[in-house]
Amino acid sequence: MKPILTAKNLTKSYAKGILALNEVSFTLDQGKVLVVMGPSGSGKSTLIRTINGLETFDKGELNVLGIKISADSDERKIQKVRRRVGMVFQQFNLFPHLSILENITLAPIQVQKRNKKEAEEYGMNLLCQMGIESHAKKYPGQLSGGEQQRVAIARSLALKPELLLFDEPTSALDPERINEVLDAMRRLADQGMTMIVVTHEIKFAKEVSDQVLFIDSGKILEISSPEVFFSNASHERSRKFLNQIN
Amino acid sequence: MSKNKKIFFQILLVFAVLGFLGILINNLIINLTRTGIGFNFNWLTKPASFSLAEHPLPYSPSDSYAWALFMGWMNSLKVIISSLVLATCIGTLIGFLRVGKNSFFRIITAGYITVIRQTPLLIQLMCWYFVGFLSIRNNSFLNITNILNISNKGIELFGFSFSSEFSALLVGLSIFSSAFIAEVIRGGIQSVPLGQWEAFRSLGISEKHGFIKIIIPQALPAFIPGLTSQYLNLAKNSTLAIAIGYADIYAINDTIINQTGRAVECFIILLCSFLILNLLITKIMGIIDKSIMKSRI
Ligand SMILES: Nc1ncnc2c1ncn2[C@@H]1O[C@H](COP(=O)(O)OP(=O)(O)OP(=O)(O)O)[C@@H](O)[C@H]1O
Ligand SMILES: [Mg+2]
Repeated sequence: MKPILTAKNLTKSYAKGILALNEVSFTLDQGKVLVVMGPSGSGKSTLIRTINGLETFDKGELNVLGIKISADSDERKIQKVRRRVGMVFQQFNLFPHLSILENITLAPIQVQKRNKKEAEEYGMNLLCQMGIESHAKKYPGQLSGGEQQRVAIARSLALKPELLLFDEPTSALDPERINEVLDAMRRLADQGMTMIVVTHEIKFAKEVSDQVLFIDSGKILEISSPEVFFSNASHERSRKFLNQIN
Repeated sequence: MSKNKKIFFQILLVFAVLGFLGILINNLIINLTRTGIGFNFNWLTKPASFSLAEHPLPYSPSDSYAWALFMGWMNSLKVIISSLVLATCIGTLIGFLRVGKNSFFRIITAGYITVIRQTPLLIQLMCWYFVGFLSIRNNSFLNITNILNISNKGIELFGFSFSSEFSALLVGLSIFSSAFIAEVIRGGIQSVPLGQWEAFRSLGISEKHGFIKIIIPQALPAFIPGLTSQYLNLAKNSTLAIAIGYADIYAINDTIINQTGRAVECFIILLCSFLILNLLITKIMGIIDKSIMKSRI
């Protein structure tokens, strides 16, 4: 197995004294799905956002797709990572002034210098995969939350990433819209996409993930298979957390 | 408050306003009959018999008051429009630097905005005129051959020359307004959700491209109301021209009032001029706003 991502002793604090990440170390192999769980404010977002450089860190080292990132890495190195790692946000963050198709083709045209026609063809292809090709000419404001999130997933796929990051992708959705997004993610996992998913969806974690990482107060308390984590979590704190969200 | 009470107070307010207007008009009529010159605009066709240092169209003292007023209006328009353009350019640049990544520029621009906004425009204009342009001793302060020449005679740019009065007013108004415009720009940019920055960054799009393609288009609608009110302020502030002897509409009105005593008529002309000008600015900004909104969907 080829490691896609290695984190070694990642440490970060926003304000003095409080550690958002505390000596976080883990490895993720190609084609695996890692689900990140933990209570509110435990550092899940911080962890996932340091991977593509949306947050800096103070100590430790990251190796993303062979690119070594340290606390003092420059913008250009981080951009190299971002071109190969996709990200999906809780609030979708689609570009409201661009059409659905333009949202998806922007990065391929700007970043990879692909020609417009080629980018649009591939974009339509992705929209088909997400089952929303009929919305290509519409604007984000005209779509439901679930549809917007599927557009966001298509957008993150446009650069053909080797790793996808999801930060609570279904938390802002109406309950009846959650499954359409989870199904799209499940299909990606089945196709062999490497993913890190912050989520509270236990069913998704049980069925799709290869590993569950539990974090509390910036510290990894355990990394185990979903079978072990959900039936026999080794840590008292994890068991308490699972009781609360069940 | 009950509905009846509300209606009662509204009727009371209407009567109060009407009463106040009545008193004003009554005073006006009494004053006009006392001076014995009546109320009319016939004097507009008589020769003005004063000279103007600056006039965009041919003018001589034998031309009518109306023509002199029109020259004043043209002079006002000239300084307002050119300051508006210059202030927008400077203000936008300062606004961008104010929210930029470079902390040196952030501090410098914050200082600029604070100093400019906290001192009276009148004093700034006097400074630009007396300390700025008039104090230039030698023939030229800055001279870029055949392109730009700044001296105590004003500014010469591409063969067009501008008087020192116009130049001081232009620079003073532009610098003053640019500080306010910079704040409008900053507010507009900061009104775009942080998630938009994160979204384009996570796609590997550079800061420059993302700023132009993602942030600016979304900030534009937020710029318009603030810019409109700054442009209206600029137009009104231009009447401070009189302090440094630039022949704008207010200064010419002032001269005419001294000569003819037609204060009421002159102020009606003045108020109407600015009302029309500012309605025009508001209308144009409204059209720009609509076209921005339309281009979004
Ligand atoms: N921009 C910031 N400035 C200061 N402190 C922050 C910032 N972002 C997060 N924090 C703090 O860092 C800690 C970890 O936050 P983080 O957002 O990573 O938690 P989370 O696990 O994603 O929480 P949630 O489930 O609420 O999304 C929290 O204590 C939070 O208050
Ligand atoms: Mg979070």
